[in-house]
Amino acid sequence: MIPEISLQPSVGVRRRMLVERVIKGVLAAMAGVTVVTSVLIVVALVRPAISFFGDVNFLEFIGGVDWKPLFKPPHFGVWSIFVGSLWVGSIALVVAIPLGLGAAFFLSEYASPRVRSIVKPVLEVLAGIPTVVFGFFALNFVNPNLVAKLWPVGDVGTYSVLAAGLVTGIMILPTVASLAEDAMASVPDALRQGAYALGSNRREVSTSVVFPAALSGIVAAVVLAASRAIGETTIALLAAGSKAQLSGNPGEEGQTMAGFIGFAGIGDQATGSTGYQSIFAVGALLFVVTMLLNIASIRVVRRFREVYE
Amino acid sequence: METQDLEQNSTEQETKISDNVVLTATDLAVFYGDFRAVRDVNLEIRRGEITAFIGPSGCGKSTVLRCFNRMNDLIAGARVEGSVKYHGIDLYGDQADAGEVRRRIGMVFQRPNPFPKSIYDNVAYGPRVNGVRKKSELDAIVEKSLVGAALWDEVKDRLDASAMGISGGQQQRLCIARSIAIEPEILLMDEPCSALDPIATARIEDLMQEIKQQYTIVIVTHNMQQAGRVSDSTGFFTTEVNSESDRRTGVLVEFNSTQKIFSRPDDSRTEAYITGRFG
Amino acid sequence: MTSLPSLRAEKTPSRSAKDLVFRIFMFAGIGIALGSLATLLANVIIEGAPRLNLDLVTSMPSARPRRAGIQSAIFGSLWVVLTTAAISLPTGIGAAIYLEEFARRDRWYNRLIELNVQNLAAVPSVVFGILGLAFIKRGPLGLGSTVITASLVLSMLVLPTVVIVSREAIRAVPDSFRQGSLALGATKWETVRHQVLPNAFPGILTGTILSVSRALGESAPLLMLGALTFITFNPTGLDSQYTVLPIQIFSYISSAKQEFRPLAAASIVVLLAVLLALNAVAIFLRNKYQKRW
Repeated sequence: MIPEISLQPSVGVRRRMLVERVIKGVLAAMAGVTVVTSVLIVVALVRPAISFFGDVNFLEFIGGVDWKPLFKPPHFGVWSIFVGSLWVGSIALVVAIPLGLGAAFFLSEYASPRVRSIVKPVLEVLAGIPTVVFGFFALNFVNPNLVAKLWPVGDVGTYSVLAAGLVTGIMILPTVASLAEDAMASVPDALRQGAYALGSNRREVSTSVVFPAALSGIVAAVVLAASRAIGETTIALLAAGSKAQLSGNPGEEGQTMAGFIGFAGIGDQATGSTGYQSIFAVGALLFVVTMLLNIASIRVVRRFREVYE
Repeated sequence: METQDLEQNSTEQETKISDNVVLTATDLAVFYGDFRAVRDVNLEIRRGEITAFIGPSGCGKSTVLRCFNRMNDLIAGARVEGSVKYHGIDLYGDQADAGEVRRRIGMVFQRPNPFPKSIYDNVAYGPRVNGVRKKSELDAIVEKSLVGAALWDEVKDRLDASAMGISGGQQQRLCIARSIAIEPEILLMDEPCSALDPIATARIEDLMQEIKQQYTIVIVTHNMQQAGRVSDSTGFFTTEVNSESDRRTGVLVEFNSTQKIFSRPDDSRTEAYITGRFG
Repeated sequence: MTSLPSLRAEKTPSRSAKDLVFRIFMFAGIGIALGSLATLLANVIIEGAPRLNLDLVTSMPSARPRRAGIQSAIFGSLWVVLTTAAISLPTGIGAAIYLEEFARRDRWYNRLIELNVQNLAAVPSVVFGILGLAFIKRGPLGLGSTVITASLVLSMLVLPTVVIVSREAIRAVPDSFRQGSLALGATKWETVRHQVLPNAFPGILTGTILSVSRALGESAPLLMLGALTFITFNPTGLDSQYTVLPIQIFSYISSAKQEFRPLAAASIVVLLAVLLALNAVAIFLRNKYQKRW
């Protein structure tokens, strides 16, 4: 009845399988581009950084507080710009954590679908504002109108670390809010209902059920936002100033690691000069710091996902 | 080519004894990672018959069904031991290509899953990917398949309408039409009526009787009455709990003519299930 | 008389106070976020109003604030963003298809690619500028400060985001479509081409518009690539020198002359208008094609 049965691919099918294999290869190569990018980043940073440390004592780099790599005589104490980054990052987190979490609680636990459908896109717009615009806002509005008038310690000049930090905080606020909201939304409703059934009100459910259950996702959101704040270049460049100094007063100007990279990059340093290489040394440090934060964030999220899946 | 000849010679005897047999499972076991989902499946599917798989949920009946057209390949970590032979050719051997297997052994799923395209394009999808390009040829196939699936009269005036807009029962018959458009020899049906109402179910059951001479059917069902109504042979699966690991593995308890399974089964577990004392 | 049970909310002073504090905490979050956005917009619009006219977009950048405009920056942004899209979209969508449809999760290299994409998406943008400085502007490729240099760097920058949003759109296509197609003997690629991509397309489009609009607003990596010079001509090709809106804005903001401030603000309004338009298109497409399967 059925002549000559074979499950061997016929000629037409064999051509389709060849097409299939070629396409799979091309697609895999495209995915490979992302790995190549990472490798290139590491190579780009490491090679000049190594020759930088051939010229500059490593202990001076990580121990010194005087950062004047483009001056004569140069000084390479990275500590002052590292602390500058910590200042901007910390101020930004002080702004973004409470405000972002407040917004996340509102959107996830309180807002009606209607209100949510209005507020959420507006937050997305805030998330899409270019950093150069935030930089302008910090320099042109926040620093003269808020920081200069309200900051109690010392005189505030054209630039301040505080203005850069505050506006960076506004920039990362939507990141915290939306990732924290995602974490809260993935808390099973059964947990909430269990608490409601015991007579808790909405606030108590939010703080004592949803918050602990979503905590790891919230931590991941905050860590990721911290990484973005520390790596932010343009706001720091425009609003924090370019004077690297170790100061305990955020009302003064200061420079961050990312800000220095941008500043030196604009200056068009001669290839191979120590000034040029210092870009890569600081870049390597910045890359390592942010990568540790990113990986920590990815880890926390992974573990958290397993809990409910 | 030589190896193929050898293969055919060695299976010649077996094929002669039961040349009605289209599919043979021997000591079949399926693993997901290191978890053995089902084991010791030995059965033969005969041409022109409807074979039903019944049993409690988790007994591996769907898993076995999905082995028959290599849909388990799509699950990462899934692995098959033992053999499934289609006319003597090992479905998992070097001689078999998964696409070719699925072309000959079609499948209808638990929930109707028409593509979000027109009714016409749904039926024409299989022939198209398998190389049919001529419009007149496609038209003929679409009509023949829809007639075969007893859907033609209901949709012939709106072949360009979206398949998402017809009823669930019609969608399931469309999926059957879509499968038979590439003229498979066997049609696997994985609980095809579980998402349908009784009237739509009855229509599918009638349809199965109409097409079983042309397409050998294997159906998984959770509905014992359905198996009794439509099938010629029945396999009863159940789960065994491993006392050490506390994991459940499916086993084929009994494979026999439907009449025998439902009147005087060989195994007491089958009897317990049939009479409703278990499962 | 026996006291009846009460079903009114139990209102202890401390519970009410905590509720109030929590409300204030939430509304501060939303209020300051929305308030900042409103203040920012008001600030640039008021500041930029005197310069918001046709001259702004028809004049070339200049060192003299009165005559300066942003024409070459608008054309530069167009060139750079379109080239970036042409490079990053096919690559990113291809990578997403590979990871979602072809890659086996149990292979270490596929897990490495996944982890790498997630990490790369969070690498500071200025680091991509360093990469471009070392390998593309100078070094092995040595392409100088040109449109193609900027586009290559921005492509690498947005690629991880394009991959992530495309994967989400692909993942949203129900598995039953894939199974139906494969069960008819279609190959994986045929299934992707005929079932997955058509259904994932609206989602991919929306996500990628938003990723590419990020390239439009990006400034830090381009600062590293020597884009901060007065360019008084529009690009004519991939090897042209260029400026883009964010860089031109940066240049006007950081100028010592205060007269450039209104110009910077007006240019910001133009940039934001373009970005908002892109956002609106993306949201419109999302709503138009939103499907329930």
